[in-house]
Amino acid sequence: MILVYIETRKGKVKKSSLEALSEARRQADGLKIDVQAVLAGTGLEGITADVFACGAAKVHILDSPALDAYSAQAQALALEALVREHKPAAVFFSATSLGKDLAPRLAARLGVSLASDCIRLAVKEGRLEYTRPIYAGKALLSFRLKSSPQLASLRPNIFPLFDSGKRSGEVVKKKVALDQDLIKGKVVELLGEKASALDVTEAEVIFSGGRGLKGPENFGLLRELSDVVPRSAVGASRSAVDSGWIDHHHQVGQTGKTVSPNIYFAFGISGAIQHLAGMSSSKVIVAVNKDPEAPIFKAANYGIVADLFQVIPPLKEELKKLLAD
Amino acid sequence: MNIFVFVKRVPDTESKIRVDQAQKKIVEEGLNFILNPYDEFALEEALRLREAKGGKVTAFCVGPEECLTVLRKCLAMGVDEAVLLKDASPESYDGLRTARILAKALQTKYTGADLLLFGKQAMGADNSQVPAMTAELLGLPQANVVVKLQVEGNRGTAIREVEGGEEKVEFSLPAVVSAQKGLNEPRYETLRGIMAAKKVHIPVLPVEELGLGAGELGVGLEVTAMDLPPARKAGRVLAGTAEEAARELVHLLRSEAKVI
Repeated sequence: MILVYIETRKGKVKKSSLEALSEARRQADGLKIDVQAVLAGTGLEGITADVFACGAAKVHILDSPALDAYSAQAQALALEALVREHKPAAVFFSATSLGKDLAPRLAARLGVSLASDCIRLAVKEGRLEYTRPIYAGKALLSFRLKSSPQLASLRPNIFPLFDSGKRSGEVVKKKVALDQDLIKGKVVELLGEKASALDVTEAEVIFSGGRGLKGPENFGLLRELSDVVPRSAVGASRSAVDSGWIDHHHQVGQTGKTVSPNIYFAFGISGAIQHLAGMSSSKVIVAVNKDPEAPIFKAANYGIVADLFQVIPPLKEELKKLLAD
Repeated sequence: MNIFVFVKRVPDTESKIRVDQAQKKIVEEGLNFILNPYDEFALEEALRLREAKGGKVTAFCVGPEECLTVLRKCLAMGVDEAVLLKDASPESYDGLRTARILAKALQTKYTGADLLLFGKQAMGADNSQVPAMTAELLGLPQANVVVKLQVEGNRGTAIREVEGGEEKVEFSLPAVVSAQKGLNEPRYETLRGIMAAKKVHIPVLPVEELGLGAGELGVGLEVTAMDLPPARKAGRVLAGTAEEAARELVHLLRSEAKVI
């Protein structure tokens, strides 16, 4: 069995967890095993439809109020017990903020190595093979894990959803008692007006700006574009962030985030090697830059050599028209 | 406060990475190695905490002899002591192995830390594993990808970055905290610091002498391939006025690329 950890936020299942589950289901077919899902917290019985739709044969709910507010220690303890009881061949996470926090914790608890942030999985000679970007995507490392269970986290926005045609199935709820003395830290609050905005790592379309935007106020133009396109977000180059024009959590590249949206728009970004590393796994790259020699054009599927301030207004109108249809 | 900072030597982010497909590794010749940029935020935070509360900062690095250079940089920035946990084996991309080395060193030789600071990830391996794994092996709480840190008595509060927002994490000390860009603005080393750092003796402890079993020092990954990412196909430049190009672009995104 492959066990997939399903992350929830505000009572909803995260799409990136469903992606990990879907890929688990595809690989499990090659291994001739099934896929089960695990959710942690209370009041989660009603949100399992998508989990079954994406291929779970069974859903486990680790039911405890101590698992409602996120604590890596508490979650790792609860998951360890489930893993020891059911002995899955592999445990998958989505490589989200939570997944990156929790998966290594569980791996160390189980004494196994971890395949982080994988972008490709395959079954070869009956064993899972993992491929992940290293050096921010400048190279790809493929490997097998020697330990059991296999632990892996899968990068969001890479793996397509699976459709099993089911919306329901067996749910096993298990009361979990945790030793509170072992839990020395937890999340007490989710902060910020940013809480509703989509992160660049989750976005399907990214409107990114660099030095060519000329100032912080012009990121407003990108926000307007983002308002037009569903599941989109605003990104930035390192130089825009280091100039203080926009918060660093928007930064794409080697000192920022690595992204793989369907469309990456680069406005006024020259395309330094660190930036290209962070976005070159995007499906389609669009570059808008005045300088025809900018390195970004070598990575772009579509380029427009023009003043970005002249391109953004008609682009916004065209996108509006298209999406209104 | 007794603060430990864990640093790594990594290729400069400007580096063009070449791979040796036969040997299944990256080509290290010609690469310029630096202190992992995220570790600079961890170091700066440690120095600020020491300045505010007193105490001592020690920097640790796991790696080959060449890592002494990055430890000298830590000393030049102002840490009190530096220790090399000497490990001659090549990059394993296995965070658990490194975490075991650190945990063992902290359980046996270097006890008594109040705070363990890391960079949120090492550029290169990009695993984001070692801080959380070390925390787990030592039974400590963790706050990763931290952009704000406060320590009061034996309690800590951290703001950590998550998708589209931030989380406030509360924990008891000792604890593991990993630094994200934005936590602070790292200082430059001073000329005096650089000169003084040259004279400091850096103890070198081979990892084989920590008392770890052969299995614990083994690598849990079996590398099957090292490749360059597929090259992107040459794109095309859209002609015409800005309006025409914008219209053509949206048309192509829908009808040709089928991504919107």
